[in-house]
Amino acid sequence: MAKDIKDLGWNELIPGAALFSFTEPVEDVAEVPMDERPYAPTNSHEYSVGDWRVEKPVFNRDYCIDCQFCWVFCPDMSILSRDKKMIGVIYDHCKGCGICVEVCPTNPKSLLMFPEHMDNDEALSKWPSKEEKKK
Amino acid sequence: MAKKYELNEVEVWDGNMAAAQALRQAQVDVVAAYPITPSTPIVQNYSQFLADGYVDGDFIMVESEHSAMSGCVAASAAGARAATATSSQGFALMVEVLYQASGMRLPIVLTVVNRALAAPLNVNGDHSDMYLGRDAGWINLCSYNPQEAYDLTLMAFKIGEDLDVRLPVMVHQDGFLCSHTAQNVRPLQDEVATEFVGEYKPVNSMLDVSNPVTHGVQTEEDWHFEHKARQHNDLMNSKKVIKRVFEEFKDLTGREYDFVYKYKMDDADIAIFALGTTVESAQVAADKMREEGIKAGVVSLRVLRPFPFEEVQDAFSNIKAVAVMDRSAPGGTFGALFNEISAAMLAAGKSPIILNYIYGLGGRDTTIEHLVDIYRQLDECAKAGERKYPLQQFIGLRGPKLSFY
Repeated sequence: MAKDIKDLGWNELIPGAALFSFTEPVEDVAEVPMDERPYAPTNSHEYSVGDWRVEKPVFNRDYCIDCQFCWVFCPDMSILSRDKKMIGVIYDHCKGCGICVEVCPTNPKSLLMFPEHMDNDEALSKWPSKEEKKK
Repeated sequence: MAKKYELNEVEVWDGNMAAAQALRQAQVDVVAAYPITPSTPIVQNYSQFLADGYVDGDFIMVESEHSAMSGCVAASAAGARAATATSSQGFALMVEVLYQASGMRLPIVLTVVNRALAAPLNVNGDHSDMYLGRDAGWINLCSYNPQEAYDLTLMAFKIGEDLDVRLPVMVHQDGFLCSHTAQNVRPLQDEVATEFVGEYKPVNSMLDVSNPVTHGVQTEEDWHFEHKARQHNDLMNSKKVIKRVFEEFKDLTGREYDFVYKYKMDDADIAIFALGTTVESAQVAADKMREEGIKAGVVSLRVLRPFPFEEVQDAFSNIKAVAVMDRSAPGGTFGALFNEISAAMLAAGKSPIILNYIYGLGGRDTTIEHLVDIYRQLDECAKAGERKYPLQQFIGLRGPKLSFY
């Protein structure tokens, strides 16, 4: 699109406010990784909602078993995973609901919620240790 | 493949059957419907046609009119031809989704059998529901008898689905007086009607999985105004397509439609303006007046929206006194048609005497005598050159005379 969508006049918008996800059709879209898809400027992929968050999930690679539970359960497709390997959280789209933390099965968890303002390195330094099984 | 329905050159249909047959011939893909008097037979007949193999499509039984129109919106966004029918309270429940349909530019066809709105509960005809949906951004076509209900329903698909329009269309008919009154109707044969309506052309269909599209998006102060402006612009400009479809229909059937319906207006001094079945009664009254040498005429709208502003101005250009009849409780002001016609005349620089009559609420009978009385009042005003009666009067009402201004 040549013009920024913010500058489009009434006569230039798609009637009915139909919004296409991509700038062109994509065949077999499930096989195309997210960062290689031709997202249209009107797609929510291009819209940051990270500032809706009060707490953020922080990912700790050390304990992750790549089970993909977080990827499956995230309601906003904010978990980045490649070839079944967990990479991290997409903070532009994560709204901090905490479902990924809830479903994480490791001990200690590989995803934990921390205050939004806390640096991720600091969060990782505060990671709890393995919880012993209670007898 | 749907079976051909054997039709005689002349059928005896009420308005509901006429509308149902038009939906059948349009080969609607999805009808999502909830029954309500007096429009129930439209979708009931349609479901019978479907069950008997005369339609290839889906009938979705839903739990309310809100869901009926929602089903039509979803089907239409997915790329299907969708239609339904309703009346009154059902129409009122649909209103939220009516605005969605027009805002999403989905060419759904809604056959409305006009009925009063409660309270008090009433199943009979008036135009309260029509007036309720007036600003919903739909094209509104008005019929006065079953033949017109049939013709306009067929044309509704062709108008709304045109690529320059893409707007939903309502076809109105009066509850009972049209919907349940059997009259001679000359239908088109199936193949002729289906060809006239044409193949449905999906636009931005949701079922194209390689090019996903979102319908019903949220826009705030940054885009909403532009979208509503475009919608209004395209509704205003739909007149070109409506005119073309009317002409094509005339070529096919010989039946002529125009934005404004006029009866004996060429030399008329006074005129009644009404909608629905009253238009036919008013013609009988006008003929009675003419027997006495009073030049009376009748005007009505065939197209309520987009409002045919210039055609209305032309219709009344030489008129001395006009009775604008509104069949809906005016709710604290003048009838809506009175306001619109007064504005059109003011803008044209004309100042006929314009009186507003509220009539026929909840199915109250409006007789030829009532209409003759109105003509007599107009005649008196026209001859005196000044208004002799209140601006707003209720007619056919028991109790003391009710009037305002």
